[in-house]
Amino acid sequence: MSGHILGYIQLNSQPVPPDILSSPAPDATTLIARNLTRHYGQYPVVQDVSLTLKRGEVLGLLGHNGAGKSTTLQMLSGILTPDSGEIEICGLDLLRAPMQAKRRLGFLPEVPPLYRELSVDAYLTFAAKLRRVSPDTLPDALADAKYRCGLNEMGPKLIATLSKGYQQRVGIAQAIIHQPDIIILDEPTVGLDPAQLRDIRALIRELGDTHSVILSTHLLTEVETLCDRVEIMRDGKLIYSDTRAHMAEYGDTASLEEAFMQITETEEEPAP
Amino acid sequence: MIRILAARELHSLFSLPSSWFMLGVLQFLLAWSYLARLDAWLQVQPQLALLANPPGVTAWVAAPMFDMVSLLLMVLIPLFTMRAFAEERRNQTLALLLSSPVSNTQLVLGKFCGLLAFLALIVCTSLLMVATLGVGTALDWGLLLANLLGLLLIVMSYAAFGIYVSALTSQPLVAAIGGLAGLLGLWMIDVTASDEHALWHILSPAFHFRKLNAGLLDSADLGFFLLFTATFLLLTIFRLQGNRQGGR
Repeated sequence: MSGHILGYIQLNSQPVPPDILSSPAPDATTLIARNLTRHYGQYPVVQDVSLTLKRGEVLGLLGHNGAGKSTTLQMLSGILTPDSGEIEICGLDLLRAPMQAKRRLGFLPEVPPLYRELSVDAYLTFAAKLRRVSPDTLPDALADAKYRCGLNEMGPKLIATLSKGYQQRVGIAQAIIHQPDIIILDEPTVGLDPAQLRDIRALIRELGDTHSVILSTHLLTEVETLCDRVEIMRDGKLIYSDTRAHMAEYGDTASLEEAFMQITETEEEPAP
Repeated sequence: MIRILAARELHSLFSLPSSWFMLGVLQFLLAWSYLARLDAWLQVQPQLALLANPPGVTAWVAAPMFDMVSLLLMVLIPLFTMRAFAEERRNQTLALLLSSPVSNTQLVLGKFCGLLAFLALIVCTSLLMVATLGVGTALDWGLLLANLLGLLLIVMSYAAFGIYVSALTSQPLVAAIGGLAGLLGLWMIDVTASDEHALWHILSPAFHFRKLNAGLLDSADLGFFLLFTATFLLLTIFRLQGNRQGGR
């Protein structure tokens, strides 16, 4: 069953929803974060982080545990307010116009925010209503999200009864049901078995064709297969920013893993 | 948006076996209390008939029962409100709400309205129970409606307080115990203040309900309940805002 999603992806890669076509032009910058800083109490968790994301780009946010990745993503998704800095989503200031800006965002936290007592259909319908999908387009949006995430057969099932892989798909489906311009995924493949990993990665790659995706991970194979560009964080600071191809050629390293280790051990300032 | 969130809250409450269990227990206790009061009234009715201005069946049966409803709800409401935010935090589902285009005010009002609809159902069933007396005798509808209004107002206040406590923690059990301790404290400052004119009484919702329970509609009491509710809803909104700004 886990392999079905690949078929769905190929079949579904043809039509592009109309609201995507009316969104920012290809290569347009969909997200700009400037000088984000965040403290928990006196302890700085994120310091002076700036990043941009272009339409159709998959950006990998890398770093060891505790580097500040999740906090950065929570700020980008509007859950946390930065102590200072600005976030622009498709030209809308996330702090000044959160309602409009958040409609352009889909967020999957590290733990999928699932109501286990609901069926997949009921949950996704609720998520769509939260994102202000109009009642006229809601059935189509629901069918499309389920189709893209390989959940066609799962609609009436209770979320609590689904496997971890399917729960992850439901989590991704809630993040894309309103056709956002930007999808933020916080470690979306943690705890999945190899078959589930392959399917979810294929789905993320497919999402990257039509949306801008920010992906937090510490799996370098994921970066290799999914990401166009890489940002590396350490101790709350962005220490490296470049394309995946350039990162692979970093120093005299032979693999991304070596490059990552060398960067996190040696880099002090953000690279140009 | 408030309606969507309220419907979700209501659905969530009805999908829990514990909610049905608590509703069942509550109805059992109410029915017991109702029948006990009715039996007592039937026994003293001959003596009451000798009085010049005897209390009616509504004052004898319904008012004490509604007083008991208010006490039972004081204990039960924290068990319903504990989930409002504490469970969303514990299950990490709050991220879905906070990353959606929903303001903190809509979020709090949505949860509050959902809970209120659920609690209003309990209040209405207790009224229906008493209304069955109308089959055999004339009822004092003024007293009944004053009690209905009083119960709705006190339930509103307790729910707002419970939701606020739930927003302070990520442990539903802590929210339930905190909510219950707070509401019991407010009740006790009323019943233990020996001076009838002590200011302490004014702080207690139970004190303001007592007048409505006796059929006395006072705008000061209505104002208290509305102010009490608005204060705790506002505190909850500030708390959510503080969470976004201040920490995890």
